[in-house]
Amino acid sequence: MKKIRLGWITFTCSEDNTIVFLELMNKHFFEFSDKIDFAYCKVLRTSPDIFEVKDIDVFFVEGAISTDDERKQLEHIRKVSKYVVAVGACACTGYPAGQRNRFPPLLKRKISNRVKRYGLNSEVHPVSKYVKIDDRVMGCPMQEEAFLSILNKYLEMVI
Amino acid sequence: MHKTDDITLDSICKIEGHASLDVKVLNGEVKNVKLKVVENMRFFKEAVLGKKFSSVQSLVSRICGTCSTAHFMGAIECIEHTFNAGVSEQSLMLKHLVMNSMQIRDHAMHLFFFCLPDLFNKDSILDFKSDSEKSLLHDALHVKEVGNAMGRKIAGRSVHPLHPTVGGFSKLPSNDDIKSLIRMIKSERDKAVQFVDLFYDWDKVLERDTNYIATHMGDDYNFLEGNIYDSKGVCIPDFAFTNYLNKVVVPYSQAEGFLYGGETYMVGALARMNINKGNLHKYTRRDLSKHISRFPSKNAYDNNLAQAIEIVHAMDHSLEILERLELRNEPVQEIKPVAAGGTGIVEAPRGTLYYYMEFGGEGVVDKIEIVIPTAQNQIMIEKDCGLLVQNCLNADMDKDEIKRELEILIRAYDPCMSCATHFLEVNWK
Repeated sequence: MKKIRLGWITFTCSEDNTIVFLELMNKHFFEFSDKIDFAYCKVLRTSPDIFEVKDIDVFFVEGAISTDDERKQLEHIRKVSKYVVAVGACACTGYPAGQRNRFPPLLKRKISNRVKRYGLNSEVHPVSKYVKIDDRVMGCPMQEEAFLSILNKYLEMVI
Repeated sequence: MHKTDDITLDSICKIEGHASLDVKVLNGEVKNVKLKVVENMRFFKEAVLGKKFSSVQSLVSRICGTCSTAHFMGAIECIEHTFNAGVSEQSLMLKHLVMNSMQIRDHAMHLFFFCLPDLFNKDSILDFKSDSEKSLLHDALHVKEVGNAMGRKIAGRSVHPLHPTVGGFSKLPSNDDIKSLIRMIKSERDKAVQFVDLFYDWDKVLERDTNYIATHMGDDYNFLEGNIYDSKGVCIPDFAFTNYLNKVVVPYSQAEGFLYGGETYMVGALARMNINKGNLHKYTRRDLSKHISRFPSKNAYDNNLAQAIEIVHAMDHSLEILERLELRNEPVQEIKPVAAGGTGIVEAPRGTLYYYMEFGGEGVVDKIEIVIPTAQNQIMIEKDCGLLVQNCLNADMDKDEIKRELEILIRAYDPCMSCATHFLEVNWK
C-alpha cells in the first residue's frame, strides 16, 4: 500500500500542536502508521538533518519564525514538499510566540541583549511571511477535527 | 572509539523540544559536557508583567504544550494563595483530578512514545510490527487515553485547560462524565500495571549520589499540595525556596541551571518516589510493593520506573476521588486583589514547578519568578552524561553506541526544553 510521505517540524512555539497530534494517536495510531511514512518527525523517530530531507508529500509546520536559521529550514521545506500546512496559532498568525513584537519600547530594550545574544530576529513572523502555505489549521492548540479533516484530504489526494 | 574524539549530538530526538549535546574527550577522559537548550525564547516572563491576575494562567499555559496544565495550575495556586482565596473541597478534589490527568497523559507520552523503543532496541514505536508488540502498543495508547479523557472531561481540554480558574471551576463535569471515567480507569488500570513490570526489568543502571527535591505533604502523595522537602528531610519554606538555590549561568544554552546549597540535585518522578514513596495510594502499594521497594534509588534510569508507578498511583487516587465525588453547582469564589506577593508550587511531570508573583493593588502583576523543573535538572543531566561517557569509554564502546546511550539517558530525565528556555535573565556585558 502506498504511503504518504509526511513531515512534521516545530519552530518557535509551545509545541502544543505536537501534543494534540500525539493525543490523536491514542485512537488513530495504527491507521496513521499504515498510511503515513513519517519521513521527518523528531518526536516519533530519529530524523535526518532537515536539509537532507526531500520528496515530501505534505509537511506540517508548527510554530512561528524567529531566526534566520528557521527561515532557511522553512524555505527548504517548501522546496521539497508538494504541500505545506501551517498548524496552530503561532505558525498561522505569529502569535503568541511573537508577543515581543508588541512589547512597549522599554520592555523591548530590556530584552534586546538576549535577542541579540541568541541570534533572534528583531520580529517574529508567521510562516506565510516567507513561503506559500497550502492550508492552515487554526487554534491554540490546533482544532483536532480541523486537523484530521486536512490530513484526510491529503491522504486521499496522495494515496 | 578513538580516545580523543569529541561527541556531538546535534539534535536529540524523542524528547520535548530542541536540545543538543557536546562532550569533549581528551586522552580517554571526559573533560567537558555541554547540554545546549536551543529553543528560541518567547519572553513569557516579560509578557506577564502588567497583566491582570485573571489572565495569567491562560498566558503562562502557552509556555509549553505538554506542561501547560502544570503552568496553568501553578499560576492559579500562586494567585489563590496570594489573595487568600480558599477554594471549596469540591474544587480541591477537581484540581487533584486535573493534576492526576496531566501526570497520566504526560508520563504515558514520555514512557510509551519516547522510551519504549529503547527497551526493545528499536528507534521508534513505528517499528513495532509483531503481534505482541502491537498488543503492547494498543495497551499503551489505552493507558494514555485515560489521562487525555480525564483532562477533557474535568479540565475542558488536556492541553491548555479551560475550566479551572482562580477561585474554582467555571464549568463542572457532568455525572455521566464522572461515571464514564470511573469505568475507564477500572478497565485500563491493569494495562498500566504491566508497564511497571517492563520498566522494573529494564537493566540500565547509572548510579550516583545527589540530592533530590520534591513537594511532600503529611501522609499524602499528590501533585498539587505540600511543602518542598529535600531527600535529607529538610523542609524548605515556600517563600525562601530560591534563597536555597544557586542560579548558574549556562552561557552556551538558552536555559539557566541551578544548584541546591552549592550541590547538584534532581527533581521529577525519581525525586518524588525517593522522598514520598510511603504515601503512594494503598492499592498502588498493595499491587506494586516489589517495584516500589527499589526506592530510594540512585539510578538515573529509575526515573522511568517511578513515572510508570506514578501512572498507577494517579489512577488509584483519581478513582478514589471520583467514587466519592457528589457534584453540586457552586459559584466561583470572588477574588479581591490586594497588593501582595505569594507562591504557587505544584509537581509538574518533570518535577517541582515554582511560581512567585507580586501584584499591585489592582491585581496587576508587578513581578514574576518561575523555577522550571528541566532548568533545575540541567546541571545533573550534564554530570550524568559525563559519567556515562566515561563508563562507555572505559568499556571501549564505539562512538555510535555511546551516542545512542547518551540519548537514552537524556530521555530518561524527560527534559522539556520548551519550558526550560524562557526564564534565562542574564545581564550580558
